[in-house]
Amino acid sequence: MSEASAGWRLPALPPGAVRDVVRAPGRVLAEPGTDVDPADPEVVQLAADLLATQAVSPGCVGLAAQQVGVAWRVFSVDVSGHPKTRTCHGAFVLCNAVVLEGSRWERGREGCLSVPDLTGDVKRARRLVVRGLLPVTGEVVTVTTDAFEAVALQHEIDHTDGALFLDRVAGAHALHPRQNYR
Amino acid sequence: MSLLAVTVLGHDRPGIVADTTAALAELGGNLEDSTMTLLRGHFAMLLLVRTGAGAPAVRDALAGLSADGRLTVDVRDVPDLELHAARAAGRPYVLSVHGADRPGIVGALTGVVAGARGNVTDLTTRLSGDLYVLVAEVTLPADVDVELVQSALRSTADELGVDVSLRPLETDEL
Repeated sequence: MSEASAGWRLPALPPGAVRDVVRAPGRVLAEPGTDVDPADPEVVQLAADLLATQAVSPGCVGLAAQQVGVAWRVFSVDVSGHPKTRTCHGAFVLCNAVVLEGSRWERGREGCLSVPDLTGDVKRARRLVVRGLLPVTGEVVTVTTDAFEAVALQHEIDHTDGALFLDRVAGAHALHPRQNYR
Repeated sequence: MSLLAVTVLGHDRPGIVADTTAALAELGGNLEDSTMTLLRGHFAMLLLVRTGAGAPAVRDALAGLSADGRLTVDVRDVPDLELHAARAAGRPYVLSVHGADRPGIVGALTGVVAGARGNVTDLTTRLSGDLYVLVAEVTLPADVDVELVQSALRSTADELGVDVSLRPLETDEL
């Protein structure tokens, strides 16, 4: 795993609060998010809360605003330490993010905190360029990444568009009950 | 050599697949196609087996499986003609539906597909808490206006309060 030299850092955020995670079929999960003003104090607080909620959720590598009940185009990602991670930008939040380029498409099995009992085989780009705005400063950043961080970004951007991995599963045999090993 | 459809249904236990296929192998049967799944402890398997033994002999060979009453086994002849007829012409799509559980979701949305002369070729549904998920592979005739089908699916999904997507099934040519 390599720490990416991105040329940007997530600005300091206020203390975050842990919010309740919405589970499907919560209707907010199907709502496309509206673009936000990254300097708006409510957006800054949401950014902090997403990171705080993600940090206490086991196995969670990303969380979108829809998953805490807010239909805005904001999400957090942190794939640090995950075995499938190659390039890693640490813990960060992006607002109004869009995918600029994707390549090296591969199929992988995905789960979601909002769909806890199912997983699905989804085709995602393993090379990805995303552009978004940092909270607080509104700095426009371009994130170039690969492997697991690329998959996480696509999953979260889908959430901000009101889509779940269920909308992208590869076929009728690509939906699986989650295996729980206890 | 006739083609037989063998269906095995019932309570799951380790060894059902092994017992069934071993009995068929002893009769010189060749498994041409098969599918099996487990739904909350209920086992379901469908095999197409080609054998010279004939349906009565296969039924006898599999009688032990259903002896304790926990599995049912059905064996029937399948004319090869049906296989050709079932291979639908057209273009393949993936239909995804998810939302709050309620009766009628599968019927209403597959009804839209049928109304477009589409054929469901594979289908899985899962109930997970309140969430109901349907993923189906469907073949639509080449002359169908797919946007019209998508719009009809969306309006039916809106009435049911669920989300729907219909997109081409991607095949990777490697």
